[in-house]
Amino acid sequence: MNIDSIKNGIVIDHIQAKKGMEIYEALKLYELDCSVAIITNARSKKMGRKDIIKIDKKMDVNIDILGYIDPNITINIVENDKRTKKYHVELPKKIINVAKCQNPRCITSVEKELDHIFILTDKEKQVYRCKYCEMSLKN
Amino acid sequence: MRNLIDIKELTIEEIEELIKVAQDIINNREKYSHKCDGKKLATLFFEPSTRTRLSFEAAMMELGGNVLGFSAASSSSTAKGESVSDTIRTVGCYADIIAMRHPKEGAPLVAAQKSVVPIINAGDGGHNHPTQTLTDLLTIKSEKKRLDNLTIGLCGDLKFGRTVHSLITAMSRYKNIRFILISPKELEIPEYLKKEVLEKNNIKWCETRDIEEYMGELDILYMTRVQRERFFNEEDYLRLKDYYILNKEKLEKAKEDLCIMHPLPRVNEISTDVDDDRRACYFKQVEYGKYIRMALILKLLEVE
Repeated sequence: MNIDSIKNGIVIDHIQAKKGMEIYEALKLYELDCSVAIITNARSKKMGRKDIIKIDKKMDVNIDILGYIDPNITINIVENDKRTKKYHVELPKKIINVAKCQNPRCITSVEKELDHIFILTDKEKQVYRCKYCEMSLKN
Repeated sequence: MRNLIDIKELTIEEIEELIKVAQDIINNREKYSHKCDGKKLATLFFEPSTRTRLSFEAAMMELGGNVLGFSAASSSSTAKGESVSDTIRTVGCYADIIAMRHPKEGAPLVAAQKSVVPIINAGDGGHNHPTQTLTDLLTIKSEKKRLDNLTIGLCGDLKFGRTVHSLITAMSRYKNIRFILISPKELEIPEYLKKEVLEKNNIKWCETRDIEEYMGELDILYMTRVQRERFFNEEDYLRLKDYYILNKEKLEKAKEDLCIMHPLPRVNEISTDVDDDRRACYFKQVEYGKYIRMALILKLLEVE
C-alpha cells in the first residue's frame, strides 16, 4: 500500500499497533485543515506491527501526550522532502488535562476549574498519580 | 515549612523537632501560654469532626490565641456554591493560620496553592490526616521512648482508614519496623501502599484476619473504626463494622508494655473493659494531639 510522502510536516512513527486512532483523537488532529494519514498495522522489523501518522503540515505536537500514550514513539520532522529532525518521546514527569481523575472523592470532581494534573510516581511501572488525591491513573 | 498538607512533606528531623517542642510544652505549659497572643486560627470544617476541631481550638487557646470558623459546610458559603479557593482567599483576610477539613481529597492542597496564610490539613476524605499522624508519633515516642525497633499491629479498616495509611508511611522511615496488618479481606490496605511504601522500603509485614495470632509480639496495637461515611453501600458497612472487638480476653497474650492506640471516636471495636487497662493509651493520645498541634501552630507561625 502506498501513502504519499509529505513535503513539509511531521511523521509520528513507531506507534504501538492500533494506538494510532487514540493519538489522532488525543492530539485533536481532526481539527487540522491539512491531510492526515493514519497507517495502522504497518509491518515493522523492530515491532512486528506498528501504526504511523503522517501530518502534512508543520505544527507543535504535545510531546507529553504522546509520551504518556506510548513512550516508544518517534517523531520525525520533514522539511522539503527530507527528514531534518528525529527525536524520541519519553514518559512525561507530569501530564496536565490529558486524562481526568476518576476518583469521585477527589476535589477535581467538584471544582471544575482545576486542571487535572497527574505526576509520574513510578517510572518503571509507568504509574501516574493525581496531584490532589494521589489516586493512580489506569492506562 | 509553610503548610502541612501531607505527613510525607516533613523530614524525620522536622518531626523530631515538633515532638521535642510538644514534649517541652507538656512539661512547661505556662511558658507557652502567651506565645500566640493576638493571633487567630480559623478552623474551616467542611465536614463535621468535633474531636479534631476542638483539639485545634484548644491548642490555639492554650497558646493565648483566638479561634474562629465553622463546623459544617452547610454553615459556610460552600452551601451557596463557593469554591474552596474563594473561601480560602476570604478567610486569609481574617486569620493568621487555617486548619481545614474537607470531604474531598486534595482540597487542602488546592487551599494551600491559593492561601496567603499557612494551611494545616485537618483531614481530607480518606486521603491524609497529617496531624493525626503527628499525634500518633508523639504518643508512640512518649509511651515507648522510641520510634524505631517496633512491631506495630494495625487492626480494622485498613482500606479507607487514612490514619493507618499515613502512620504506615511515616513509620516506614524508621529502622526495624514490622507491621502486622489485621483486617477482613474487604478492608485490606490498598495495593499501592504495599508496593510503593512497604516493599519499596523493605519493611517487614504480614497480613492476618485473626487479631490474636500475633498479639504476643506487638509493641503497639492500633485499632481503627470501620467508618460508615466511607462506604457507598450500607450493607457492606453493616457486615464489617463489628468484625473486630478488642476486649480483655483477647489481650491475655499481649506484652505488659503494649501500647493500645485508637484515633477515636470508637464505636464497638474496643470494649470498654479495656479502658482501665494501663496499656490503653487512646485517651492519652487525645491529649498528645493537642500538644503536637500546639507545636505545629508555633512552627507554622514561626513563633519562637
